Amino acid sequence: METNGVVSIDVDAEEVHVLAVDDSLVDRKVIERLLKISACKVTAVDSGIRALQFLGLDESDGFVPGLKVDLVITDYCMPGMTGYELLKKIKQESSSFREIPVVIMSSENILPRIDRCLEEGAEDFIVKPVKLSDVKRLKGYMTTRDVRGETENREINVNFNGNVEGNNGVGINNKRKLEEASDEFSSEPSISSSPSVSLSSSPMSSSPDVLDSPIRRLKMADTE
Amino acid sequence: MLGFGADLLWADMNRLLAFLFHQGVLDEQFLQLQQLQDHTSPNFVSEVVNIYFHESEKLLTNLRSLLMEREFSDYKKMEIHLNQFIGSSSSIGAKRVTSICIAFRAASEQDNRTGCLRALEMLEHEYCYLKNKLHELFQIEQQRALAAGVRYPV
Repeated sequence: METNGVVSIDVDAEEVHVLAVDDSLVDRKVIERLLKISACKVTAVDSGIRALQFLGLDESDGFVPGLKVDLVITDYCMPGMTGYELLKKIKQESSSFREIPVVIMSSENILPRIDRCLEEGAEDFIVKPVKLSDVKRLKGYMTTRDVRGETENREINVNFNGNVEGNNGVGINNKRKLEEASDEFSSEPSISSSPSVSLSSSPMSSSPDVLDSPIRRLKMADTE
Repeated sequence: MLGFGADLLWADMNRLLAFLFHQGVLDEQFLQLQQLQDHTSPNFVSEVVNIYFHESEKLLTNLRSLLMEREFSDYKKMEIHLNQFIGSSSSIGAKRVTSICIAFRAASEQDNRTGCLRALEMLEHEYCYLKNKLHELFQIEQQRALAAGVRYPV
């Protein structure tokens, strides 16, 4: 049984490729640099439409994407197609890219917005400004896709260690919470509330708990 | 001799940075940007900041023309500009500018035209200050690079 959430997989054979979507040029430059410095290949586009075109998911047929995409990171607020709409398109039943993890970025930490995105299948939600530590976490999503089969082992771990109760969610969300749970236990043992809560539907989760798990960047101190 | 001037300038740069942090003009996101600068991308910070200046000036112009309209009522449009401004300002660590934008947005959400005008004045003033200070910072950095001889690990 693993006690660490993330099993490190050697992906040096091939660099991960991230598709970054943001209408702000400043933010595109920053996210591009953050990813490159973290040894990722990056394609940065300025809209959801272009992202879909790149993935070959838009209505016009003919374009076949040459490079595989390991992760999509998108801003939430964009003119035209929002990041949320892009997320939905990618996660559609018919989409050949629905397995790709999608991360949403936003300068607003609005809980209903976060919930909505996670419910729609977003891997994580990052409150801007994006930092290196956020990108490090993203790399975890891209590598651990290969160890989805080990989720069960790690579920047991968390129950053993602490106060995780009730609904554990499914698949990818669960994986992330487990990673966070391990982190929380190692670095902040004083947290008494459950660090790992199903964000989408659990009726017994209270808002402070939500903040501890993947959305650790909610920066409670800053919210008015 | 070559390194001596560079050291003094480096101290100047740090003093200015410390001052700007102390004043709350910049926050740790600016430091994050500096961490992203290295020999493979030696001008990263000034490149991003220059893009920020360019975009901000467009936003400020738009905000001012909106508020100066006689029959101004499009608060939603103003909020869109403000959201962009908030986003980019926080991305470079411009803490005070970000705060003022947030207050500006609150006034806009209340359809408070007077409040918006006041906020715009503060914003223009603060942005000007930020721009001057960052230019100063980049100038010192340039001088330092010259004094030290541009030396990057091969």
